[in-house]
Amino acid sequence: MSANDFSPLAPQAGSHVREVHDPLHGELLEVSMGPHHPSTHGVFRMIVTLDGERVMKLKPVFGYLHRNHEKIAENTTYLGSMPYTDRLDYLCSMTNNWAYAIAVEKLSGQPVPERAEYVRVILAEITRLLNHTCLAGFLMQDCGCSGTPLMYAFREREKILDLFESLSGSRMMCNYQRFGGCRVDPSADWLDGARKLTDNYGRFLDEFETLLTGNEIIMARTQGVGALSPELAINAGVTGPMLRATGVNYDLRKVDAYGVYSRFDFRVPLGAHGDVYDRYMIRVLEMRESIKILQQALATIPAGPIMDPKAKLRGFRPKAGEAYGRIEGPKGEIGFYLVSDGSPNPYRYRVRPPSFVNLTVLEDMCLGQTIADAVIILGSVDIVLGEVDR
Amino acid sequence: MNAAFLATLSLELLPAQLRDMVTGWLPEPWRWLVNSILAIAVILASFGLLFAYLTLAERKILGRVQNRPGPNRTGYFGLLQPFADGVKALTKEDIVPRGADHLLHFLAPVALLAFSIMTFAVLPFGRNLVAVELDAGVLYFFAAGAATELAVFMAGWASHNKYSLLAAMRALAQLISYELPLLLSFVPVIMIAGSLSTQEIVHRQSGWMFGFVPQWHVLTPWGFAGFAIFMTAALAESNRSPFDLPEAESELIAGHLTEYSGFKYALFFMAEYFGMCALCGMAVTLFLGGWQAPLPFLEFIPSYVWFATKMLTLLLGFIWVRCTFPRLRIDQLTRFAWKFLVPLALINLGTTAFWSLTSGWTGGLQIARWLVAIALVVIPFQLIGRKLSAGLGPRTYRYA
Repeated sequence: MSANDFSPLAPQAGSHVREVHDPLHGELLEVSMGPHHPSTHGVFRMIVTLDGERVMKLKPVFGYLHRNHEKIAENTTYLGSMPYTDRLDYLCSMTNNWAYAIAVEKLSGQPVPERAEYVRVILAEITRLLNHTCLAGFLMQDCGCSGTPLMYAFREREKILDLFESLSGSRMMCNYQRFGGCRVDPSADWLDGARKLTDNYGRFLDEFETLLTGNEIIMARTQGVGALSPELAINAGVTGPMLRATGVNYDLRKVDAYGVYSRFDFRVPLGAHGDVYDRYMIRVLEMRESIKILQQALATIPAGPIMDPKAKLRGFRPKAGEAYGRIEGPKGEIGFYLVSDGSPNPYRYRVRPPSFVNLTVLEDMCLGQTIADAVIILGSVDIVLGEVDR
Repeated sequence: MNAAFLATLSLELLPAQLRDMVTGWLPEPWRWLVNSILAIAVILASFGLLFAYLTLAERKILGRVQNRPGPNRTGYFGLLQPFADGVKALTKEDIVPRGADHLLHFLAPVALLAFSIMTFAVLPFGRNLVAVELDAGVLYFFAAGAATELAVFMAGWASHNKYSLLAAMRALAQLISYELPLLLSFVPVIMIAGSLSTQEIVHRQSGWMFGFVPQWHVLTPWGFAGFAIFMTAALAESNRSPFDLPEAESELIAGHLTEYSGFKYALFFMAEYFGMCALCGMAVTLFLGGWQAPLPFLEFIPSYVWFATKMLTLLLGFIWVRCTFPRLRIDQLTRFAWKFLVPLALINLGTTAFWSLTSGWTGGLQIARWLVAIALVVIPFQLIGRKLSAGLGPRTYRYA
């Protein structure tokens, strides 16, 4: 079997994989990439079987960062889990908080004041900017840029983290949302800071795209690499930018129209090839749409209470029942499934982590590609091990 | 002759006078030997220092490009950083993996360094500053340079590490692929200069067009194309970004350097920078007029200063490229060499032949000669380039 039998668009799996010690075709090389490796984005491990440079088999191994998140949450109060959700996807604590808050609010029928809904949208979209910017930087680092795009991305991330810090007191572990609102009311100064960030972000994106998007080497490295078919993406439950890069129009902000998203005018960019370049570009275009949402939300944010005055935080005991709350996180659908038996602790607590689900199609995307491609395909999936392993 | 010119002349002759001061009193048969040792010592010392500060410059420039200060804790502006790094490398434990081939593991950095230092012997650093005046200097230079491939493969093989082995395979594929365009790109220079001696090639580039335009090879269509191909292949030959595949950090940790630590690692680093300096020095010699001044009224500056300036400019170009570009994939890398650089270099031979045959044309024919030569360079570049990047391009996206 020659290497040409593997077309990148239709990777063949399973039965076609050669034995490692094959006397007829020569030996394959088994490389254990990870758990400590410069570009597995944390303690992730890939057992890769290589024929020269070509990936013949790829086995993802994870669980090195397992912290028993779900079981711990079942043994603590509903509010007690809120700061712990920060640690799932430590880049996007604001959206994790919001997804959890929505699940609990559904469970207890807790309404949320309008101002809080606006603040949640603003923070979620700023988080999307933060996550997509970092992802683009990391992805380019995986492509072999010596840090320049990553440092540009981190310069912008710093501005966002400063905003988060001045609002919530913490840069990454924000612990900001509450059931029935938000913890603190953003001041007029803070909103001005957010407006300034929003107005300047487009210029940063232009600079970033000038450096990268039209670059011939980047196009050669990413176009046609790691293509994912829409059918496989839907069957595997892939969500977020990775699904939309395959051309499937599915954005929870439009589908569920949770919060106040129905009031804002924004579009959902869709890819056509589902390759790494599409995944990168979809994220860049999504950031431009996020800026539009932010501008509208910051211009129309109403006055009023940030917390529902009747909301109960201490001694919170929802009625027996179950609820699933989900939002469109930067990485995809982040959901929390809760079962209550009427006690202060959830009876069952389950996280639907987007990057864990998106990671399941890694081998299908990598077969027949080279080892260097496998690294950027993994980079384009956008995983955070805190969320994958929980 | 005015006083300024005399002062220049003395500066120009300073290195030779210093040498004569040291060795002049020796009997004639011994002078040659001591002169050679002196030349070796001077080259090692000056390029050792250049290496030290080049690493600092690279880190500083990379830092500035990336919105950070770069090393600035050791000495003013981090000026002592290279020495701190040297001490660190010397005092670190030298780890050899248990399964490694100890002899080859030790020999690889030594061989690499030796081969890359050997190339300095024929570089003309100034008007009369060349360690060995070989008639086939250019040939010697590239023969010694090509031997470095062996050392890189040795390192990858001897390390007993899968990443190193993959890197060794990549290194061989890459270095052999790029050896060809590198060699083909300077053949035109030899066709025009009619000599393989480096000093002779520099002398052939002397003189002024219209009284102020230097007659460097790079200022002709074939020379420009040759220079561009040479520099691209030189980037690949010295394992620099975007062709740094053997040590591709994102997939192969550090490639053939994965199992090297301490001073052996520093030796690899040093050899890589020496190779880079040597290739830049050769590019200056072949295409940029060697040690000659760029404008007639600047001739008062000593020749070795001009050589150093040009070489450092090219080195800064290398660093700039590293700040900007991502890495190629191995199949794209070899395809780029065989399908783009080699055909262009071969066509460039034809262009040079045309240029050489039409050297007698004057007046209107002179302009026609330039136009034809430029067309012979640009049209193949455009055609082959388009063919190579077919199917790639910016995309437009639809919105739901």
